[in-house]
Amino acid sequence: MIDKTVADVASAVAGIPDGATVMIGGFGRAGQPVELIDALIESGAKDLTIVNNNAGNGDVGLAALLAKRRVRKIICSFPRQIDSWVFDGLYRAGEIELELVPQGNLAERIRAAGAGIGGFYSPTGVGTQLAEGKEHRTIDGREYVLEHPIRADFALVSARKADRWGNLVYRETARNFGPIMASAASTTIVQVDELVPLGDLDPEAVVTPGIFVDRVVAVGERRWLRDGEFVGGVDLEGNPLEDAEQQEASR
Amino acid sequence: MTTISRNDLAARIAADIPEGSYVNLGIGAPTLVANYLPDDQEIILHTENGMLGMGGAPEPGCVDPDLINAGKQAVTALPGAAYFHHADSFGMMRGGHLDVCVLGAFQVSQTGDLANWSTGAPGAIPAVGGAMDLAIGAKSVYVMTDLLTKNGESKLVEACTYPLTGVGCVTRVYTDHAVFDVTPEGFAVREAFGDTTVAELEQLTGLTLIDATGDAAASTPTKE
Repeated sequence: MIDKTVADVASAVAGIPDGATVMIGGFGRAGQPVELIDALIESGAKDLTIVNNNAGNGDVGLAALLAKRRVRKIICSFPRQIDSWVFDGLYRAGEIELELVPQGNLAERIRAAGAGIGGFYSPTGVGTQLAEGKEHRTIDGREYVLEHPIRADFALVSARKADRWGNLVYRETARNFGPIMASAASTTIVQVDELVPLGDLDPEAVVTPGIFVDRVVAVGERRWLRDGEFVGGVDLEGNPLEDAEQQEASR
Repeated sequence: MTTISRNDLAARIAADIPEGSYVNLGIGAPTLVANYLPDDQEIILHTENGMLGMGGAPEPGCVDPDLINAGKQAVTALPGAAYFHHADSFGMMRGGHLDVCVLGAFQVSQTGDLANWSTGAPGAIPAVGGAMDLAIGAKSVYVMTDLLTKNGESKLVEACTYPLTGVGCVTRVYTDHAVFDVTPEGFAVREAFGDTTVAELEQLTGLTLIDATGDAAASTPTKE
């Protein structure tokens, strides 16, 4: 019997060594596997290379991992955000290496790794600083730049539901990098709201087939859902609105 | 000399987007364009983080942290919306499937080069996001910007001095003073707002401009 489920987040992230390259899903906070990141912090792994679209928001999740100085290098497209103060401080202090990649090239480089492509020619970035030093080629009269795949040792992904084979469905725009990162890592670790019995997921609607997934852990339903239905009552960070109102009142 | 407000400019851009278009609105001022798209027409908004059929902001209390736009603001999904992963989303751009994108700019050159991601200032933290993919991918690349910087320098230039986002990619520039098409001969003034004259625009930009104000009824150009 195939059973990729593990009991808890600590078991899910077990074996991620110092120096590993780890892809972390999410676009900003949407789809960020916060519980797995917390477990990674708890595990103590350091000197990590992180692949993510951003470089952390606020003080939680990826930002917390950065704040603990566990990350040597980050490969991303958009580090500077309104709430990226943790990264900003480390970068200005020269304490983190940044590889800046145009977002579509980042996504396609990850996809290429998962699909066994050795590299591809992209029109994005041609004539800009971000293509300097890279091989160029003219194809059918248009200039392209050679981009290499990005592989990872581990991927941490958040999805809505999984079965024990690791088939996944996501939720709304929280899908973002999940499917491609799941395909591009040697070991893909997924946190889900809910584990469902094999056969419950509609095969027509499975987004990530289980072949790309190694470990699955259930972390409970996200705060803004109740039995799968959207109930709201939270802010963009997922915090209950009552808390936000109380904070506002106490200011 | 007449200038128009940000909101009027957004409305002006919205008026040029035909029904049935697939449109990406860049973060910042371009998102204002969505407020002026006519309710009785079907124009499909793409957001780079993975949705077609994006709707406006949710009602209070209905913010869904899983449903955001490229600027990481809460949005809604319209009937007919579709979600997809990031590689598909950028394939839509790079593959030439988007009809229009609207982007901000630091500078646009008269050959259509765009600079909008970095001032190149020492110590600045670089962030590019999807700007380079949008700039070279959409069939029509519209820039929405003030004509002048806060220091009174023209954002329309002979050649960009800031780091480039894309080469020869801009179709048209909508500014608070006038609308400019990028043509093989340089910038053509398609429409000057109010009493603004082409001569005044030449003075502000320091560029030789083509007077195409009589051609404003011409059809929307595309890169093809």
